[in-house]
Amino acid sequence: MNAAFLATLSLELLPAQLRDMVTGWLPEPWRWLVNSILAIAVILASFGLLFAYLTLAERKILGRVQNRPGPNRTGYFGLLQPFADGVKALTKEDIVPRGADHLLHFLAPVALLAFSIMTFAVLPFGRNLVAVELDAGVLYFFAAGAATELAVFMAGWASHNKYSLLAAMRALAQLISYELPLLLSFVPVIMIAGSLSTQEIVHRQSGWMFGFVPQWHVLTPWGFAGFAIFMTAALAESNRSPFDLPEAESELIAGHLTEYSGFKYALFFMAEYFGMCALCGMAVTLFLGGWQAPLPFLEFIPSYVWFATKMLTLLLGFIWVRCTFPRLRIDQLTRFAWKFLVPLALINLGTTAFWSLTSGWTGGLQIARWLVAIALVVIPFQLIGRKLSAGLGPRTYRYA
Amino acid sequence: MTLAFLAIAFVTVAAAAVAMALRNLIHSALLLVFNWAGIAAFYLWAGAEFVAFSQLMVYVGAVSMVVLFAVLLTQRSPQSFREQPDSISRVIGALLVGGAVLGVLFGAVLSSRLAPSAATATPTISVKELGSLLMGPHAAALLIVGVILTVTLIGAVIIASTDHAESGKDES
Repeated sequence: MNAAFLATLSLELLPAQLRDMVTGWLPEPWRWLVNSILAIAVILASFGLLFAYLTLAERKILGRVQNRPGPNRTGYFGLLQPFADGVKALTKEDIVPRGADHLLHFLAPVALLAFSIMTFAVLPFGRNLVAVELDAGVLYFFAAGAATELAVFMAGWASHNKYSLLAAMRALAQLISYELPLLLSFVPVIMIAGSLSTQEIVHRQSGWMFGFVPQWHVLTPWGFAGFAIFMTAALAESNRSPFDLPEAESELIAGHLTEYSGFKYALFFMAEYFGMCALCGMAVTLFLGGWQAPLPFLEFIPSYVWFATKMLTLLLGFIWVRCTFPRLRIDQLTRFAWKFLVPLALINLGTTAFWSLTSGWTGGLQIARWLVAIALVVIPFQLIGRKLSAGLGPRTYRYA
Repeated sequence: MTLAFLAIAFVTVAAAAVAMALRNLIHSALLLVFNWAGIAAFYLWAGAEFVAFSQLMVYVGAVSMVVLFAVLLTQRSPQSFREQPDSISRVIGALLVGGAVLGVLFGAVLSSRLAPSAATATPTISVKELGSLLMGPHAAALLIVGVILTVTLIGAVIIASTDHAESGKDES
């Protein structure tokens, strides 16, 4: 054991040591309670801060892409902008329509935020950093995520506004349509890992091919397809552009959020970003090797840094997608989910079954296994894609 | 442990009772969802993690949507609800059906033999064991449920699509 390794070990264990410093003096029966509260507080604080700066990063990057500076008046480089926004949202008047169902109108943002925060409990942020170790962790994650649909319905219905209700119906149609590919795309990971526990799934992706290629799921044909489907469905599930029809600012004002103002609106916004962070964290856990380092000699960097790096990369990818693609129409949106993503996800299940059954093949058969799996991914993608886009042709834009 | 069970049971039953007493159908439906969540909490209390999360995902996530959509699409104005029953025969029919369901459920609960140690020993079955049980000895049941659900789904699609074609003809 050399000095460098010891230094890594201490950095790796730093969160646990800090926790023990705080709670170590407590009597044993109280320790787990304070430990849990501490974990909740740390998760809330770090993701709250991440939310604040993610909004700033998004506005800055969008500004760059659209050739304008973005917010730059509050603090140096606009760094205090999120806090100014927070104060603005808090002090704004909270308007509730007279005919609204007051209780449900109030409960909708609270329920949405609560469910999206609950999903963080099972994400493994580091080698020893997971708030709750559940045997069915992945299932818990998606069960908590599925409950957000209820909050959307409550928001739309309780506003007592027909446009809110119609928009909530559209939002629900989108959420339910994309729930299916989202759920189907992670089933292959469960098949290969043989476990629903998030830590176990990350552990299954450890080790190196040829000594330096990580054995992440995304680096296999089925894993790549699953990752692509998962990220597309995640974009739609978190109402992000190009799937942001439920609250298309320019056309619908804000969809089911029309009657919300002030801090309640900010809560919806917060829940959307939390959901996005949680889905990106899940994508990292399921497909990108979780907290594992991408190369063997980089293992000295603590695991939680790797998790954060990967998650931030995916989040920046979301922002990049937002400023690149135009918004879809509702019929294109649902057709894309049911005719493209769902069949591909189902075929991917078959590909994964093939991959799992042929895990014993070696030598030349190994190459054949890769070729067959790649063909099983690429050929259906091409065939279904061509069939769906037949007759739509490349569109020529004039006067633009 | 018992206290937690009593709390869960009270909340679940209270949600169901209030749901029946409310006049607002949407509130009732949302309380019904709360009731399902309470049942999930009970499964969690009993140590059946997988069943609890499945219950949450299927009932709170999906079935709740079906119920809410059904209520929204069939609901007329709140004034159109009548508190008095239409006729005596309807009252008798409702009481008969309700009583029959209650009798069957009560009979089933009373006649099922519970293991005496069920309350003390918390069974720990991992998801993996559950999966191999479902795929092994209970594969037939799983397949039958799958077939029934598929048939239902196809039936729903056919009903929806033929309805659409007819209404299109009417308009033209």
